[in-house]
Amino acid sequence: MFKILEKESISPLVDSMTVDAPYIAGHAKAGNFVVLRLHEKGERIPLTIADADREKGTITLLFQKVGKTTEELGMLKPGNAVRDIAGPLGHATPIKKYGHCVLVGGGIGSATLYPILRALKEKHNRITVILGARTINLIVWENKFREYANELMITTDDGSSGRKGLVTEALKDVIEKKRVALVIAVGPIRMMQAVSELTKPYSVKTLVSLNPIMVEGTGMCGACRVNIAGKTRFACVEGPEFDGHEVDFQELASRLNFYREEEAQSLQQFRRKCKRKGGKGSLRPGTRGSC
Amino acid sequence: MRFRNPEKRKTDFREVSLGLTQRQAVEEAGRCLQCKKPRCVAGCPVEIDIPQFISFVKEKDYPGGLKKIREFNMLPAICGRVCPQETQCQGKCILGKKSGPVSIGAIERFVADYAAASGQIELPDMKSPNSHKVAVIGSGPAGLTVAADLAKWGYDITVFEALHEPGGVLTYGIPEFRLPKKIIQREIEFVKNLGVKIRLNFLIGRTQTVEELFDEGYKAIFIGVGAGSPKFMGIPGENLNNVYFASEFLTRVNLMKAHKFPVYDTPVKKAKNVAVIGGGNVAMDSARTALRLGAERVFIVYRRTEKEMPSRHEEVENAKEEGIEFCFLSNPKEILGDEKGRVQALKCDRMALGEPDESGRRRPKRTGEDFILDVEQVIMAIGQTSNPILVRSIKRLKLWGEGYIKIDRDGRTNLKGIFAGGDISTGAATVISAMGAGKRAARAIDDFIMGKKGVSTRETGGGLSKG
Repeated sequence: MFKILEKESISPLVDSMTVDAPYIAGHAKAGNFVVLRLHEKGERIPLTIADADREKGTITLLFQKVGKTTEELGMLKPGNAVRDIAGPLGHATPIKKYGHCVLVGGGIGSATLYPILRALKEKHNRITVILGARTINLIVWENKFREYANELMITTDDGSSGRKGLVTEALKDVIEKKRVALVIAVGPIRMMQAVSELTKPYSVKTLVSLNPIMVEGTGMCGACRVNIAGKTRFACVEGPEFDGHEVDFQELASRLNFYREEEAQSLQQFRRKCKRKGGKGSLRPGTRGSC
Repeated sequence: MRFRNPEKRKTDFREVSLGLTQRQAVEEAGRCLQCKKPRCVAGCPVEIDIPQFISFVKEKDYPGGLKKIREFNMLPAICGRVCPQETQCQGKCILGKKSGPVSIGAIERFVADYAAASGQIELPDMKSPNSHKVAVIGSGPAGLTVAADLAKWGYDITVFEALHEPGGVLTYGIPEFRLPKKIIQREIEFVKNLGVKIRLNFLIGRTQTVEELFDEGYKAIFIGVGAGSPKFMGIPGENLNNVYFASEFLTRVNLMKAHKFPVYDTPVKKAKNVAVIGGGNVAMDSARTALRLGAERVFIVYRRTEKEMPSRHEEVENAKEEGIEFCFLSNPKEILGDEKGRVQALKCDRMALGEPDESGRRRPKRTGEDFILDVEQVIMAIGQTSNPILVRSIKRLKLWGEGYIKIDRDGRTNLKGIFAGGDISTGAATVISAMGAGKRAARAIDDFIMGKKGVSTRETGGGLSKG
């Protein structure tokens, strides 16, 4: 059991949660993730470690409520517990002095970038952060990013915050004006693909953090396999970061959509059940039926 | 042995084999000749004193029989069900040629189930605690055996398991209809009763390192993390949707209970026509699981013939009875997909058997003909290899092959205080051979900590025979 210590609503769709997990906190590095299971009947889902506090022994997870598990997770409160959390998993982001780095975050993907930003800053890199989202509500942790970034740019599809348009437009401006050593992009597949396609002709090294479906997350099942430069690789142990210029994004998108019907069914059933029970009620830690 | 009706059993996940009745068990035990030099014992990787435990059963002293088995093997209800007895103890039985071997596995299972049903838990003789801490990494058959043996000898044992349930391959790999989860839980409960602690969701190499375990006062570490990483063929179409590695397919069902979706959150895709590639136990398990999920036709696609199949004989028979179809001498070369990236068919080469290869089995070679199997799902069960997470985290650990740990016959690695055994040192093998390796490693760990270096001081040596 992993006790929830703090819970914060970042936006209507995004929550952050700080959990007591001293061993994981003690070993977490930028770019790592955990696999979490809410209760006996729950599925295992990967979530990026958005922050870790070694002294307090806590990790912070950011999640967008897009499916059954994340919606249910969002209903938990401080004092409740998550049944299983395993990690830290995945390769850490390679951190060294690169020069000028541009971190591009789309929606919730920004959560992954925050520890990377801090680690790169410690190595005295110059960092431009570009955060993009559909609308202002989905921009997360703007202030926390501002603290470490040399430059912060916001783009929204609807112009509700920052520049109206896509992150790639802002990125293009940066790349054309300055010598960029490294781009790291985390967000929706289409955005990571667009970023990779943009940087390729400029030969700017581009890392993307992939989010395929995972089941156990420790290299055993192969659910998360991705095609990198024509080779099958497991994102959970060999990723989640890969060279964006080598990723088969189309295959990834197709595999990610494979369980769409089941995901919708699961979410619908959960919402119906919540409604019957009259909305958010009291919770028992780590048990099912959290509404 | 009694089995459930194939037509009925293939629609649910309940156990297929019903085991022996008390009368049958006693009768079967009565057939044992009580050989002076029992060949069955030599055929058993953990060297159970088979004639002796059988003699207890003959006298209807079932708890006595169980106690005898447990001197050698802490997981009898599991081994009675999943051991390939036909190539081990029963394969060596002197009665084999005349009237068929004594059904040793079935008697073992009967004894274990009888005791469980009666609620009797008789702990073995325990040495008093010696306060030496030993860490066991992985809670599969190798790890549980090391843990149980060392706990009996007074050690303070913690088992670290990466997943949220203990049992390793017994839990995520072997289906309910062959090895019910409650049997595994019961056997693990027994090991816990010896004082063994199990920490779940704990990945050594990640959540904590091996060095940190030594810093925390662990005197020795046993690595039994298995060979859990799926192998793939490298044929076109492997990443199409509805191509599963057997490990994913079985993990979804066995560990995550995907057959009960949406009551359980994890889904699994059901298909009408399914091809399973491979001829081992994992292939049989996958095929029969697909059938139980509602498939109309399930094909086992294997590149050699029935004779060369590595699967346990009983499982092949069970699969046939349930209507699984076998395509022998067939080697997949491409998985064909539709415009949505989903499996549409499997294209195979027709093979013929040529000269024997290094395994002694005749090597299949292409005939030049091919054929297409119309299926919407393909499950790859062509083997597993070592998982790099832990192994790579230990500096200077000597490996061989595809990342397996190099050990001596007693499970010592090249690093002081680090021992290993089971699939992570041999490559994918059987439950019982992992347990045999666990037993030898437990003795070596005991010798190491007690300062009895070199030759094992305990009476049994233990062969390296594999099932």
